[in-house]
Amino acid sequence: MTIRGTTTDPCAVRAHDLGKTYSVRGVKGGVRALDGLDIAVERGIVFGLLGPNGAGKSTAVKVLTTLTRPDRGSAEVEGADVLRNPGRVRRLIGVVAQRSGSDPRATGRENLILQARMHGMGGHAARTRATELLDRFDLTEVADRLVKTYSGGTQRRLDVALGLVHRPAVLFLDEPTTGLDPEARAAMWTEIQRLASGDGLTVVLTTHYLEEADRLAQRLAIVDHGHVVAGGTPDELKGELRGDAVHLELASGSVPAEVRAVLEALPSVREVRVAGRGVSARSDNGAAAVPAVLAALERAGMPAAAVTVARPSLDDVFLRYTGRRYTPDNGQDTPATPGTRPSGDVADTDPTVRQEAAK
Amino acid sequence: MTTAPLTAPASRKLAMPRLLADTWFLTGRRLHALARQPAVIVGNLVQPAIWLFLFGSLFRRVVDIPGFGGGSYLGYLVPGVIAMNAMNASMWAGVGMIEEIDRGTLNRFLTSPVSRVALMTSGVADQAVTTALQSVAILLLGLLGGAHYPGGIGGCAVVVAAGVLLGTVFGALSNAMGMTLKQREAIIGFNVLLMLPLTFLSSAFMPSTLMPHWMRVITACNPLDWAVRAGRSALATGTDWGSVAARGGGLLALAVVCIAISVATFRSYQKSV
Repeated sequence: MTIRGTTTDPCAVRAHDLGKTYSVRGVKGGVRALDGLDIAVERGIVFGLLGPNGAGKSTAVKVLTTLTRPDRGSAEVEGADVLRNPGRVRRLIGVVAQRSGSDPRATGRENLILQARMHGMGGHAARTRATELLDRFDLTEVADRLVKTYSGGTQRRLDVALGLVHRPAVLFLDEPTTGLDPEARAAMWTEIQRLASGDGLTVVLTTHYLEEADRLAQRLAIVDHGHVVAGGTPDELKGELRGDAVHLELASGSVPAEVRAVLEALPSVREVRVAGRGVSARSDNGAAAVPAVLAALERAGMPAAAVTVARPSLDDVFLRYTGRRYTPDNGQDTPATPGTRPSGDVADTDPTVRQEAAK
Repeated sequence: MTTAPLTAPASRKLAMPRLLADTWFLTGRRLHALARQPAVIVGNLVQPAIWLFLFGSLFRRVVDIPGFGGGSYLGYLVPGVIAMNAMNASMWAGVGMIEEIDRGTLNRFLTSPVSRVALMTSGVADQAVTTALQSVAILLLGLLGGAHYPGGIGGCAVVVAAGVLLGTVFGALSNAMGMTLKQREAIIGFNVLLMLPLTFLSSAFMPSTLMPHWMRVITACNPLDWAVRAGRSALATGTDWGSVAARGGGLLALAVVCIAISVATFRSYQKSV
């Protein structure tokens, strides 16, 4: 075991070759949630784990927050090993899980005070800290109401406050805006940006919203099938894609595979990929390529129903590295090319939900 | 680089005060929630009254059976109803545990440095408070109905303590089931299956001298019967303190074992989560 001083390592979180398979009744060999996941998170940044539902993001967070143990691999938070020294890790981290975790039958203030006391704070310090956080998260008005009466956005703000009670070094935010309305989501984004800029806090954020990752994360790891398929800053990732994305929605009579053959013969487009009823390609000048593309498809008798040209987005990054279009609500979407993995072999939903789904 | 957040985490305390403090906070949380539901508290007190009234009326004539030994049936019944009520109330603790799992509250606690043992002891400690109050209520109702407790305050304290220990046994087992099975249906099925047999395979309503031999053998192994006998003996004249201590000690040992089992279920939970 290497003892790494917290001051010499610029990384607040490291994970190496994490693997985890859940045994699920009726699934031979179990469900592989993590398959060689590696990440290194620099201190003081917002680090985004981006991927569809079932990619393994939540399982990675569960390992890093000592909630579950990996089958293989190792991970450290601020130099503390999550397997050998979970007690120390727990004092260093704040966790805002996907599901609220606040006690609905207590008030917001009581929730915060209890959390503080569980982190070993004294009574007076706990109450002071609770008041401070209630104020900071705009919860003062509802502080002494039961949490079960809170709206979704208010509950989420309390969840984040609960994660910050003991002034952690690293805050894990697992899908912080899932289920929030657009207004509450925007407010949460502002809050997360504020956290990262003000407190020198390291934030590890998982999300399946491309826009969220693009906006909040200074560095990103795109996770698919339990491992990182691409990493870098959002701009670096998008920069790897030259030119515009041309997306075609095919008319009902058109055969995607034949459309691909037609497009591959055109000099103005490249990297042609099929995803379900859609075909995507890249072009140095998308607007100029569209007429040639449409004309070629007409000639082949394979017309398109719709065509869009877009500047590169994380969506395209995802397509490029996984061969699938990004559909946040369904990670197991149509495989783009023959030979991609069968769907359904990865899940990071939590087991209670999974069991219900399996019934 | 700012080091401020790193210096803040609280100092480590000794394990034992930590366990007690965590149990105190977590139990307080549960009792606080209970205190906000007066209807539940009233229900908790009414239910044992119904037990006492129903069984007291139903089996009133049992005392006339040769071999029973005569006396007041109500006085005989009180420790039985206390034990039955303690078991019945505590067996459902696991359903609350599943709620905490579903809600994510348990995971929040598990990612904090809170003592794992305290998570389980608090889950039975709040039940112990409820059970103690209910047991006192049953004793008072019995008194109103004309029962006598020659064992006095000391005897009453033993009855309450036996009920609390029995409740702890079943509460801890129920929590362990909640943690491993994570299904309400499993707990409901298990409780429905066990509740009546465990109640009637004891001397709660009928002295074991009137039972067939095979029933007597099972009854002797039934922790519910230990609680009933210890309580009844402590309430009676000429208490056999040796047998009270033996049964009470048995209950205490079993309660500790059951809590240990429930704490051990965190391991399996950690694998499946």
